[in-house]
Amino acid sequence: MISSSFFINLLRFTLLVLVQTLVFNRLNFFGFINPLVYILFIYWYPIKENRTTFLITSFLLGFCVDIFSDTLAINAAATVTIAYFRPVLMRFVFGVNYEFQSFKLNSSTKAQQFTFLALLIVIHHITYFTLEIFSFTNSLLILQKTLTIGLATLILCLLFISLFSSRKE
Amino acid sequence: MQKIINFLIRYKTFLLYIFLLLIAFVFTFQSHSYHQSKFLNSANYISGSIYQLSTNSTSYFDLREENESLLKENEILRRRLYNKQSSEIPIIDSTITYTVITGQVVKNSYANQRNYVTINKGRADSITQDMGVITDKGILGIVEGTSNSFASVQSILNDKSRINAKIKNSNHFGSLIWDTKSYTTVQLIDIPRLAPLSIGDTILTGASSSIFPENIPIGTISKFDLDSSKSFYFIDVALFNDMTNIKNVYIIKNLNREEIENLELETKTDD
Repeated sequence: MISSSFFINLLRFTLLVLVQTLVFNRLNFFGFINPLVYILFIYWYPIKENRTTFLITSFLLGFCVDIFSDTLAINAAATVTIAYFRPVLMRFVFGVNYEFQSFKLNSSTKAQQFTFLALLIVIHHITYFTLEIFSFTNSLLILQKTLTIGLATLILCLLFISLFSSRKE
Repeated sequence: MQKIINFLIRYKTFLLYIFLLLIAFVFTFQSHSYHQSKFLNSANYISGSIYQLSTNSTSYFDLREENESLLKENEILRRRLYNKQSSEIPIIDSTITYTVITGQVVKNSYANQRNYVTINKGRADSITQDMGVITDKGILGIVEGTSNSFASVQSILNDKSRINAKIKNSNHFGSLIWDTKSYTTVQLIDIPRLAPLSIGDTILTGASSSIFPENIPIGTISKFDLDSSKSFYFIDVALFNDMTNIKNVYIIKNLNREEIENLELETKTDD
């Protein structure tokens, strides 16, 4: 059962948590922009894996980031939410193609990948900042933070994706 | 029975999702009350050590500045010492109320709603909950959770933080809170309308706190206004501390704290 994909995911998990906490949590661009790049894990996670393990792994990922950045369990809640909605989003973005055995993220178009990533980020950030700020009188602040920090996350995630894409051309 | 089991199997992903979300919510909301839960902070062994490792490697870059600021503080303290008028009798041990322990920040944050600072001193250095933490310029926060060699400090840049503060040279006191908008200003509320104020006045810690000694600098008044009830001031305080750049801290222990708390508890139960 333990395959190379397990080790790749484990490595990805650890590296993303460390990069998030040691680099991106200290960025404080413009004083408050700290991109949450660790959600690339959800983007990269194999599609055909067991959903139960996926949910539990995502929860643990969020929880690890939470412990490092003293944010109670906000990251865990947001991450488990996008992990749950990922299949729905994939069906929405990639259409029926996604059901096929041979489907791979790399084989889809750039626009599809971009939309998928953007939707993941929007849902994650809205959940995250709603829980962090937790008052509807500040809903403007929630939107503002989601927009600015989401944009920063999106740009950095796109850079990471193009940096680590395994293209065999 | 069969139906229930079928139901469970069919919706097992959804149920797992709800379950995990619930766990996250419980962790989040139970600690909205005063104290953060014991193990949900970066003062634990693993994250503490990783932060310590990263601080060890990055702290070399600003050693020169650190040295300079420490020298400056020493200069001020020495000047105060040499200019003392009378040679006082050395203080007898039993009259000491405060002890001071030094520490270093290994993790700092100021961009969230609830900011916590992790320092490299913990239970092994006799740090306990509710000890005050200050820097050479002003106050930083209150110790909230400890592990063996690390402690998590609730920064004044935290929307749960409430610290007793007063205006210099008067005894009007209020509470220091943070409106989460800017990391250079905090707010002082509950100062009555009849208190004389002007922009630039110094704000110090008050006497009715058993955590901080009196007269520790906090900041200066940058703006003030009456609140909605028109009987109290709402004051913006510009902090002396640069919260984005903190290295060396002092942790203050009040030796009389237990006695004060017991006394307060007794008088409360008498009512």
